[in-house]
Amino acid sequence: MEPILEIKDLKKYFVTSRGTVRAVDEISFELLRGETLGLVGESGSGKSTTAYTVIGIYAPTSGKILFRGQDISVPVSKRPKTLKRAIQIVFQDPGTSLNPRRTIGQILELPLKVHRIGDRNDRRRRVVELLRMVELPEDYIYKAPHMLGGGERQMVAIARALATEPELVILDEPTSALDVSIQAKIINMLLDFQREMNLSYLFITHDLSLMRNVAHRVAIMYLGKICELAPAVEFFENPYHPYTKMLLSSIPVVSEEEEKMKPEKIISQGEIPSPVNPPPGCRFHTRCTERNGICSQELPGMVRVREGHLVWCHLFGKKEEG
Amino acid sequence: MGGALLAIRDLFVEFKVYEGKLKVLNGVFLSVREGQRVGLVGEAGCGKTTTMKCVLRILPSPPGRITKGEILFRGEDILRMPPRKVQRIRGRGISMIFQDPTAALNPVFTIGDQLMTVIRYGSHDSLTRREVRQRAIKALAEVQLPDPERIMASYPIQLSGGMRQRVCIAMALATEPELLIADEPTTNLDVTIQDQVLRLLNELVVRRKTSVIFITHSLGVVREMADWVYVMYAGNIIEGGPKGDLFREPLHPYTRGLMRAVPKLTGGGIAEGIPGRIPDYLDPPPGCRFHPRCEHAMPRCSQKNPPFRPVREGHEVACFLYQE
Amino acid sequence: MFKSPTWQRRLEGFRRGWYKFSRNPVSVVGLFFVLLVSFLAAFAPYIAPYPEHAGRFVNFREASQPPSLKHPFGTDVFGRDILSRIFFGFRYSLMMGVVVLSLVVPPGVILGLIAGYYRGTWIETLIMRITDIFLAVPPLILALAVCSVLTPSVFNAMMAISLMWWPWYTRLVYGLASSLKHEFFVQAAEVTGASKFHILFREILPNCVSSIFTKMSLDMGWVILIGSALSFVGLGAQPPTPDLGTMVADGAKYLPDQWWIAVFPALAIMITVLGFNLLGDGFRDLFALEEI
Repeated sequence: MEPILEIKDLKKYFVTSRGTVRAVDEISFELLRGETLGLVGESGSGKSTTAYTVIGIYAPTSGKILFRGQDISVPVSKRPKTLKRAIQIVFQDPGTSLNPRRTIGQILELPLKVHRIGDRNDRRRRVVELLRMVELPEDYIYKAPHMLGGGERQMVAIARALATEPELVILDEPTSALDVSIQAKIINMLLDFQREMNLSYLFITHDLSLMRNVAHRVAIMYLGKICELAPAVEFFENPYHPYTKMLLSSIPVVSEEEEKMKPEKIISQGEIPSPVNPPPGCRFHTRCTERNGICSQELPGMVRVREGHLVWCHLFGKKEEG
Repeated sequence: MGGALLAIRDLFVEFKVYEGKLKVLNGVFLSVREGQRVGLVGEAGCGKTTTMKCVLRILPSPPGRITKGEILFRGEDILRMPPRKVQRIRGRGISMIFQDPTAALNPVFTIGDQLMTVIRYGSHDSLTRREVRQRAIKALAEVQLPDPERIMASYPIQLSGGMRQRVCIAMALATEPELLIADEPTTNLDVTIQDQVLRLLNELVVRRKTSVIFITHSLGVVREMADWVYVMYAGNIIEGGPKGDLFREPLHPYTRGLMRAVPKLTGGGIAEGIPGRIPDYLDPPPGCRFHPRCEHAMPRCSQKNPPFRPVREGHEVACFLYQE
Repeated sequence: MFKSPTWQRRLEGFRRGWYKFSRNPVSVVGLFFVLLVSFLAAFAPYIAPYPEHAGRFVNFREASQPPSLKHPFGTDVFGRDILSRIFFGFRYSLMMGVVVLSLVVPPGVILGLIAGYYRGTWIETLIMRITDIFLAVPPLILALAVCSVLTPSVFNAMMAISLMWWPWYTRLVYGLASSLKHEFFVQAAEVTGASKFHILFREILPNCVSSIFTKMSLDMGWVILIGSALSFVGLGAQPPTPDLGTMVADGAKYLPDQWWIAVFPALAIMITVLGFNLLGDGFRDLFALEEI
């Protein structure tokens, strides 16, 4: 399968009064057509910055973003309209991603209007169709977002993202503000849409258990860098990076079987350092239980531990690639 | 474990709004024994926080109103106590940790100022300034904050989210309360930090034998934090029992649905979840409030609210599937 | 196309709005004062007991009469009925407020929206520094200066106040817009490719309306006060115009013996200003969104 999105050495720095925030620091990955790539990380890892740079809310500091082979490393205002149609985003909090002063109908109509899809009547029909697609009643077009439940609002946000029939959808923690019973419904809906429309998802989340069940491949970010990238099953059965192991062993689970999945308990310690002044060498070495001398001096290079399984850690440097 | 420290019996709460009355709590039963760690799980809007506001008598009124029920703390009804006594209980008997540590700390005072105030007014014996300060430093050390002296002089904004929540835990435990209510204390924290805070909290309450009510929406978190778990849905406690039993074999169809919907590390996709949504409190369904979403609904489910009854040793459930 | 379609919906919305508004009894009092004053102003020629007293009229036989059944608020030194003159005075006060606000709000709001949206660019710098310059001059002082250089008149006073008043709206809307611009719903519109016009006026502006209305209501009071103050010092409305400020000024000479000449018009100013101030709080409640 050809990649629909390629990220090459992407950097995004923010200059603030307290120094330069290295939010995303030279990361590379690709997303295949019809694939879900889970980009997992804690706050400050740079996962959301990556997403916003891809969608064009931020302009990259350096590096390349290729969409269908075409360079799109510019902010959204400089992108052609067709591109805005093809790449869409669902934001984390449906409470703030829908304008409280506009009706659901107006919100869903906007992308159609902007991209001149159909005339007035067509658009109305299409809005009703979109609502039906996310299993919401037709008369919601007259309602304001605050009259809907959180899950329903997120469905509206999803419908809005799909209104222009995009190819790539960025999902920025679409269910983290919602209850699990609603999350289940939304995730299943998203997976159905993916199958029907051959969508590619860049799924930003902090929830590893969710990614186990949703993503084809998972990438873990820490302080602006990717630590490990692997196919989902492989990722959970054979984690390599100490940070991945720490994350996995920190997840609260609901059954004994899951407890057994966790790597031998790596006690979580320390906190994520400031991205203004990231530690030298491996970004994770300050919290790592297996660090040694080299970790604080040299950035670990990429190591291919298995087919499609990449790790950035000195522990595995000697095995291959040297 | 001793007798009941806190017992909520048949608690009903309403909120008055433009459209009418929201019947939010619909007969809540819950009890906490001494030294017990009780978990209260439920999804957003099920009434967990409202219940706890009644316990601390901080329910905003109007629009809220307790229409029925009692809350016994050491056998005395909090709802019928004079305000002075309630004030005393809030300080020394029951303390609380909130979801958002940023909102719980005053941004213009140092951590030391705030912690020392709590100790001075909440402590059982009269203390000199020095003693108060020493206790404050000790409290910060106990929550494993590095360099407590420096933390004392810092402002909340200078600390990370995890550190702020540790400060809140130190404050809540500084007066040695008998019951600690923790309302989603780790919801805003990253998973590795959540793990640290939960371990710390567990260690402290077990060592001091403090009773805890741990409120959360996460089944995984409650499994790590409680001996006894209550599940709440739409203003009712629908199931309660010892943790092991409840997680091994949940009884209520809602609890089962919830368990299925949680994404598992073992994979296997995401189950369908529970159809429908939480009912409208203005006009809640008659009988069992879960029946419109329940796959096992029977005719009588829509007629009568099932009583909360034990099914087996200590495991109680409010569902007609397990009665008669 | 997706606005409320039926009158039932509109009625329902109105009822809900009234419920939210009326939960605070103080706002209802404010609304009552404002409606009362507006009503009296609108129908002054029909309900004032002596409409002819509004203008040039002299009747020395009834001069300086204390309040009585015939003249409930008494008469002034020319024998004019004070109650009637207050009714007409409301007309000038309200007109002053309405004219000033309708001159001030649109440019102020638009500049604020643009400056807020383009925060961090030269556009913001330009607009906001000009705003700062205007803000540094107190409106009352400028109005005093303008009116003493030009001929003192209501028109000149209104122009002077307007000139100094728009920056407050720019500031207010600038603050709101520069934070609303980072809201996800604005980002969502940008990402879809919506026009700047759409983003400024359809996404951001509706979320500023509540604050703008609240400020307008409070400002009605302020503008009326300043207008009255100008008249009081003789630089606003000129006799025999029945302006409330002029009436207080004239009456002040006869305090405390003929107290009614100054006190009743002063109370009238107070009620008008108070009414608008209280109403302002009500607007805030009215526009508050309630989650379900």
